[in-house]
This record gives sequence, C-alpha cells and structure tokens, in this order.
Amino acid sequence: MKDINFLVVGVGGQGTVLAGDIMAEVGMLAGYDSKKSDVLGLAIRGGSVVSHIRWGEKVDAPMSMRGTVDYLLAFEPLEALRQLAFLSPESTVVYNEYKIPPVSVSSGLTSYPEENELKSALEATAQRVYSFNATDTAVEIGNVKAVNIILIGAFSAFMDVKVDVWETAIKKFVPAKYEELNLKAFHIGRELMEKEESVKA
Amino acid sequence: MKAILSGNEAFARGAYEAGIQVVTGYPGTPSSEIITTIGSQYNDDMYSEWSTNEKVAMDAAAGAAYSGRRTMVTTKQVGMNVLSDSLLYSVYTGAEAGLVVVTADDPGLFSSQNEQDNRWYARLAKIPLLEPQDSQEAKDFVVKGIEISEKFDTPVLIRSVMRISHSKTIVELGERPEVPKEVGKFPRDISKYNCTAMYAKEMHAKVEQRMLDIEEWLESSDLNKIEWKDTKIGIITSGVVHTYVRDVFPNASVLKLGMINPIPKKLIKDFASKVDTLIVVEELDPILEEQIKALGIEVHGKDIFSPCYELLPDRLKEFAVSANLIEAETVVEKEEVAKFKDIPSRSAVFCPGCPHRSSFYVMNQLKVPVAGDIGCYNLGSMPPFNAQHTMGAMGASIGVLHGMSIAKIPENRVCTIGDSTFFHSGMPPLANMVHNGSRGVVVIMDNSTTAMTGHQDHPGMDWMVTKERAAKKIEIEPLVRAMGVEKVKSVNAFNVKEVKRGFEECLEFDGPSVLITKGECIFVSRKPKPAFTVNTEKCIACHTCFRVGCPAVVLSEEKFEKNGKFKSRIDPTLCNGCSVCSQVCPTGAIEAPEAGKRSLAE
Repeated sequence: MKDINFLVVGVGGQGTVLAGDIMAEVGMLAGYDSKKSDVLGLAIRGGSVVSHIRWGEKVDAPMSMRGTVDYLLAFEPLEALRQLAFLSPESTVVYNEYKIPPVSVSSGLTSYPEENELKSALEATAQRVYSFNATDTAVEIGNVKAVNIILIGAFSAFMDVKVDVWETAIKKFVPAKYEELNLKAFHIGRELMEKEESVKA
Repeated sequence: MKAILSGNEAFARGAYEAGIQVVTGYPGTPSSEIITTIGSQYNDDMYSEWSTNEKVAMDAAAGAAYSGRRTMVTTKQVGMNVLSDSLLYSVYTGAEAGLVVVTADDPGLFSSQNEQDNRWYARLAKIPLLEPQDSQEAKDFVVKGIEISEKFDTPVLIRSVMRISHSKTIVELGERPEVPKEVGKFPRDISKYNCTAMYAKEMHAKVEQRMLDIEEWLESSDLNKIEWKDTKIGIITSGVVHTYVRDVFPNASVLKLGMINPIPKKLIKDFASKVDTLIVVEELDPILEEQIKALGIEVHGKDIFSPCYELLPDRLKEFAVSANLIEAETVVEKEEVAKFKDIPSRSAVFCPGCPHRSSFYVMNQLKVPVAGDIGCYNLGSMPPFNAQHTMGAMGASIGVLHGMSIAKIPENRVCTIGDSTFFHSGMPPLANMVHNGSRGVVVIMDNSTTAMTGHQDHPGMDWMVTKERAAKKIEIEPLVRAMGVEKVKSVNAFNVKEVKRGFEECLEFDGPSVLITKGECIFVSRKPKPAFTVNTEKCIACHTCFRVGCPAVVLSEEKFEKNGKFKSRIDPTLCNGCSVCSQVCPTGAIEAPEAGKRSLAE
C-alpha cells in the first residue's frame, strides 16, 4: 500500500503538537506503522509549528517529501499557504479561518495575503479545500484551547478510521478534567465536515 | 506491548529497561524530554535530577557509576563541550557499573548556536558510539550501551539528533531487569579511580587496547546490518539518515551502521568490494568518509552532499540528482508555489505576558551595548527591540561584559542572563568581575524557571524535576551580595517605569552591579489575566504599542483619520493581561478589563 502523508501546521500556542500526537497515535491504533516529526520554531508561543505524520505498512523517513502530502490540516490560514510545495495534486486541505498576523505584519514590515488570494492559491494546488472559523467555534463552546480538537474532529471526517479510535487517542492526550469538553469539540468539528457533500467523494 | 514514543521518551524507556538507577543532565533542546519523562513516569525506579550544568551532571554520574549504580547523562550537543572535561577522565577510569552519555545534536540549528558534530567526541575520548535511527533503536541502544559499557569497562556515547529526539515512532516495550536496591561501600581503588599521572599513564594504554578489543567484537555484532539490493550503488549510512536513504534510494544496497566508533573495518571492506560505486551519506562532518578513505577505499561523500544542515529526503534527492546517482523526475510545480514563497515569516517573539518584554523595551530606548546569553531573552536581539548585541555560549555574557570593561569602551554597558543560566555558568564570571574591578550592569532576568527548554527547575527553585519533589531554593539577591557585588537592585519586571529606574540607577554605579528583574514566566504562573482592550476613541494610531513586540497586539481595520494609519487592536484569545502595552501607550487607550472578566487564553 501507499503511505498516507499528513501535515498538521499552526502557530505555537494553538495546540498543534498535541493534534499531531493524536494523529500519530490514531495511526498506530488503526494498525498502521505510524511516524511523526515535529519542527517547532524558536519561540514557545507565536512561531510556526509543523508536524509531519505518515501512516503506512512500513514507513521509512518520518517526514514527507515535497508534492506528496495527502492531507493538510492548518490551524491558521497563512500557515496553510506556507505548505503549498508539499501538497500533492490529489490532496485535501482543511484550514481554520482565524488569522493570527505575525508581528512583522502588525509592525507594518510585511502584509498578510488577501483572503481570496490565499484561498484560490490553495484551491489551485490541492484537490479539495475546506475552511471554517474553528477559533470562534471554540470560544462559543467555552474554551479557545479546544480549537485543536475541533479541527481534529473536522479532519477525522476524511479518514477511514472508527470514531472510538479517535476518542481513545483524544482521551490519552487531554487532561481528564477537560475530557468531556474535548469529546464534544471533536464531534462538533466532525459534524461540520460531514455536512459537506464532497467529503464522502 | 507497543507504544508510539518520541526518541526522548524512548531513551527514558531504554534507561528503565537497562536497569539504570541514576540519570543526570542539564536541560537543552533537543535533549530535555529524556529526564522530564523519567521524572514523570519512572520516578519510583530511577533517581533523576537537573544538575546545575553538564559538567556537574557528568561528575555526579561518574560518582554514582563508581559507586555501583547504572547511570545515564543527557545533554544537547553544545552541553557536551561543558561535559567533556569530566567525560575524558571517566574514559580513563571506567566504573563499577554501566555508564552511558546521550548527546542530542542539532543539525539544521533549530535551537542552537552552532551545528557541531558530536561524533567527534567519541573519537577524541576513544569511546564506543551508538547511533539509533528511530525510537525503537533509541530504546534498544540504551540497553545495548549499558551492556557494552559493562563488558568493556568504558563509558558509551549515544548520539541522537533533533529528528530522533523529537520524532515519534512505534516501539515494542520490554521489561526492567532486577537491579540491586543497595550498593556496597565505595571502592578504594586508587590506581583505577585516581587519574594522577603515574596511574593515568597505564590507564591510557588500557584505553587504546580497549578500543582494539571493541573493534574486534564489533565485526560479529548485530549492530551493523547490510541490506542487499542492486549492487550498482552501495551506501554506507547510520542513524535517522538511513530512513531518508531508504526513501530516496529504494533500490540501492545499504550498510547501516549502528555503532560508528570504532568502525567495522572488515565489514566495510567486504561491502565496498561488492558494489560498483560506494557512497557515504552522513549529515554534517565527513567522519565516516575520512576513516573509510584511510582504509584505501574509493568512496564518495562530501563531494556530493553538503556538510551543512540536515540531509532531509528532498535535499538528499536534489544532491543525488545533481550527481547523476538517480534520475530527475519531471514534476512541474504549480505557479502558486513560487508566487507564495515569500509570505510573512513568524520570527521568534516573546510570548504574550512574558516578563522579559519590558527590559528589552527599556534597553532599546537606552541604546546601551548589551552582551547576551542563551535563553528566551536572546529574542531581545530581534525587531522591534534589536537590543542584545552578542550571544555565544552559556554564561558567556558576563565575561564578554567584563571584556568590554577591560577594553574601556566609551559607554557604559549591560549584559543579560537568565536565572538558570546564571546558576549554570554565570557565577564564576561574576566573581571575576568583582575581584578584578570591572564596571557594567549584569541583568539577571529571573523568571523562576529554565524557560526555553521547556520549564525545568534550577537551584533558584523549590522543586526538582517534578513539582511533587521538594527542593532547597537558593535566593539570587543574597547570593550576589555575598559574592561582593555592592550595587544590587531587584525590580518587578512587569512595571516598565520601575525597570527603567533600575537600569538608570545601576548604569550610574561605578563598578559591577546586578539588576534582578523578577517576573514569572507565563508557563510558571499559568494564570493568564483577562485581556486588555483598545479604546478606539482614544487610539491615535501612533503604533508605540507595537514597540513591545507582542503577538497579541495587532492592527485593527479602523483607520485614524489624522494620519491615515490603522488603529491597534488586542487579540483577546492571545492576550495574557500583563499590561506592559498599556503602560507604554501615550494616550491611555489600552484599557484594563472590567472586574470579573475571564481570560480567553486560559
């Protein structure tokens, strides 16, 4: 079988690494060889965070090569755009519409790409692109920190893995006192995607 | 049982399965999570500590291994420079029980000041070196390392890299062997443990013989493996690079070395004789390549692959294509890829609520020369502060400051050093400043943790490894006073005016002075305050608030008519409510939250 390559990207502080950990755990629980490689920026909060995850019969390198990523999950629009070179023409992209402008944008040194320009660049490179404001959804359910699990929920709609496997992995990584909130967040994200007709395609 | 573990978690598990009882180290990316994991998961079976620096960690490890405990030391690559002084005597002595040192190197410089290749240390010290390719081997090689250490009475070096330490792969877990709870009396074996010259002479000869013995043993060991495929190209490689090689050269024959010092000469000669073109693929220095060339074997290596940075699969492929080792694929990249290559990067910034922000805002205004050190505060060298002018090694700032003083530069001067770094290697150069009559301001930025490496403890804190283990706390202010510093001032790091006054007072003092800026790292307090807001009626879009370089302070979509610029806005999901931006706002436009409001950043 061909390896399935994922990228989970975002901004330090958004819970991206944990989302990648869940992806890697789910891969193992679903019976694949599963590998993950993180690159964290120098900053603890505010830097770009990139996690490569690969599922397969036997995975070699823990990171994907350019043009071979099948699924990109981006916690922030600019971070999705940063990964264009990695996307395969058949790839699927899910991104959070909530923008976190880098400090260089606020101080006027650079400018944030226009929303429609960003979206059409992703659409021209990938096969399917979905987006919604997961940060606003997280705030609505009472905790902005749940944004990562909402996005994992959305992403899960594309994978042929049973819901209880995702739930087992989530329970392993989130603190017990936030378990209920996170499981709710997972299902909110998943249902948002399942509404889309093309997801099943 | 299977588990998916990071390399660092696997090293910790390996220590458990090797019967190791003592683990010491100093935090340093990408090595830190080894001890963190041992502290949180294996605390009942192993003693672990964050020592004040790597040399102290190595001495403590040697002492524990002399006493009969299996021991492990962890360090990042540059920490090895500090540790090496003590490693080199332990090579001469050996020990009563196994001793392994894990070094986590950083090809690609993700969080280091250099890209040094610590495989050299194995050659310098004349000790065996194991290099795992994934988490399974990370775990297994600790067990193997202890075996080799005890078999040949030598410390063993295990080399990780960021891509091992911070990647996760599946591991088959094993059990912990029986290890004795108690040890006997300390061995009084002077000729073995006292490296005085008369004994050290004999020890050196033993070390040379030991390496020959290991080399012979290695030829029949299962640490090195040959994967026979097409023999047109034969590749010698090791570590995580082996997994890249398999993706880029799926058809080549490969000799994968698990032990890379000493090298298995017979096996290499044999492999070389059976392939048409021999290539060494190794990241950083040509350590294997030069040794193979010294055997009289024709081999390619650094003539094809760069000695700089990682050789990730994409890059490895580019080099292989340009050397005609593999055929180029005709992939046309979409034009969007090139079009969006230069989008705004996320340069490293202080977290919202960081206690270092105010000091660098002030230093930027004071325009003083600043010698910097290793830690989050080096971010003060980035825009908008541009206020830390040197950085080189742990504890270097105070010595460099003293050098400025000796050189008699025309302006007064400052250095910055964190609390953990001060305990690591800041005390000797401060004593040097006091004793030798220096002038300059040493700013100890006390955020109550070792922040950049993931919030480990240091001697200025009241717990060790985990918060459940109580520890004796050393106060910095009385310590520096006792060292003879006459001008010492402590200030609240979140009060910009107080910080500024502190700097001014210390700069006036004719001698060495210490300014302690106290404020907890947001990861220590973990209690974000509710977000501040911008009153758009009062904001005049002067952008002074951007000079504090906070990711939570962003542009709004509303323009101020008089200058046509966008007014400021605060992202309520990022703001920690530290108030520093509101203190610098000239019109009082940044307002405190209403009482009773909850933080969204919680």
